[in-house]
Amino acid sequence: MRRLIFVIFILAVFITGCTQGVSHKEITIAGSTSVEPFADKWAEVYMEKYPDIIVNVQGGGSSAGIQAAKSGVADIGTCSRELKPEEKDLNEIIVAFDGLAVIVNSGNNIGNLTVEQIKQIFAGQIRNWQELGGIDKVINVVTREEGSGTRGAFQELVMKDNRIFKGAIVQDSNGTVREIVANDPNAIGYISLGLLNDKVKALSLGGIMATDENIITKKYSLVRPFLFVTKNTPTGEVKNFIDFVLSQEGQDLINEAGLISVN
Amino acid sequence: MTQLERNEKLIQIVLAVVAFSALSFLAIITFFIFFEGTPIIIKYGIKNFLLGMDWFPSEKSFGILPMIVGSVEVTLGALIIGIPLGLACAITLTEFSSKRVRQILKPVIELLAGIPSVVYGFIGVVILVPFIRNNLGGPGLSVLAASIVLGIMILPTIISISIDSLLAVPRNYREGSIAMGATQWQTTIMVMFPAAKSGIITSIILGMGRAIGETMAVIMIAGNAINIPFNT
Repeated sequence: MRRLIFVIFILAVFITGCTQGVSHKEITIAGSTSVEPFADKWAEVYMEKYPDIIVNVQGGGSSAGIQAAKSGVADIGTCSRELKPEEKDLNEIIVAFDGLAVIVNSGNNIGNLTVEQIKQIFAGQIRNWQELGGIDKVINVVTREEGSGTRGAFQELVMKDNRIFKGAIVQDSNGTVREIVANDPNAIGYISLGLLNDKVKALSLGGIMATDENIITKKYSLVRPFLFVTKNTPTGEVKNFIDFVLSQEGQDLINEAGLISVN
Repeated sequence: MTQLERNEKLIQIVLAVVAFSALSFLAIITFFIFFEGTPIIIKYGIKNFLLGMDWFPSEKSFGILPMIVGSVEVTLGALIIGIPLGLACAITLTEFSSKRVRQILKPVIELLAGIPSVVYGFIGVVILVPFIRNNLGGPGLSVLAASIVLGIMILPTIISISIDSLLAVPRNYREGSIAMGATQWQTTIMVMFPAAKSGIITSIILGMGRAIGETMAVIMIAGNAINIPFNT
């Protein structure tokens, strides 16, 4: 008899546990590691405003985000490059603009390169800093993994039809690229402008610094959209969340963090 | 059937179900890897897949040869570092040190196996990679760095199994050898080692298994350039 009571007690705990889970509505967001920290910020503020909604933010890369939105694993997929033609069947919403910063070690004496020079560095045609007026050291090129939106945007905006050469070190997040460049005096890499910090130096491109103003006026050329993609036209809680992201309040949040709002 | 027998039967069935559920995970994993992977291999061609040099999934180019070569290279490097260190340690602890020392050191070495690989990777990134970058040049993230860290990671496997197999050699082998006038070193190399050979080889193979299957530490320190490493 005592055992029966124990079993009923356990079952009761389970059942109440489950019903509690149901009363919370959940929105899952997955994709680009560039968008992730900003989506986290939106989620945090949104959950404070609406405590009965849980917003789950995950990384994985832009291509994984699109895949997740397509298969329905995530309610919203995030993407930090333009959609490819075969991905256009998804519903896309631009939530912010971001610059790509080409970064070098803060001890590097080079502060300005042209887009063409950067292309040649990443294509493996320029291999020594000396050729660019720097010290006689081999350039350690750091790139992102295949499927990364940052890499996709870099490929599109800088490399065009050229491939990034195979000797480049591959890292799978903005953060690790930044850490490597911060610690390696001869490294060069590219990250989201919103994730730039003072441990690394952003290069100006053809004399133009990556400032908000230069991005808005389109003088700085390495700019890409941050996208939310959904399988169908968003409804219900997902729509409410996207409306919040596009609202003045949501856009102010990312403006503070270094992104450019859609307005 | 008595109550007791029925209970016995029930327990048997429950245990069997639990045992097979573990196996079924293996089966499910195998099934899905082949189910998801086979179509692209057939479409792309197994030869292009295994021997292709270019890994550009976004351009529909799926050659994994550089990754295979890289894995093998890192594993070989790990063995070159791990085998001499491991065997030397095992021989010292069994032949040239007291039982007390061995009883303390062996568990300590086995504890190394319990450190999560991300910790090895982190120490590699923070200490080893800058050391290589400053002294040998290059980015520091390299086959060498990965080999050294993996070599250390496989030490516990090699050492503890080698010690066990050296200790399992019958006592009279050693006594016979010493009685014939061999020194302790000669006894170790000519008698103990050959007698424990199969166990030592097992330890090396298990160590190699650990090295080739390790992902986390390698991702953090190998640099991950999809390229066959020989000159860059």
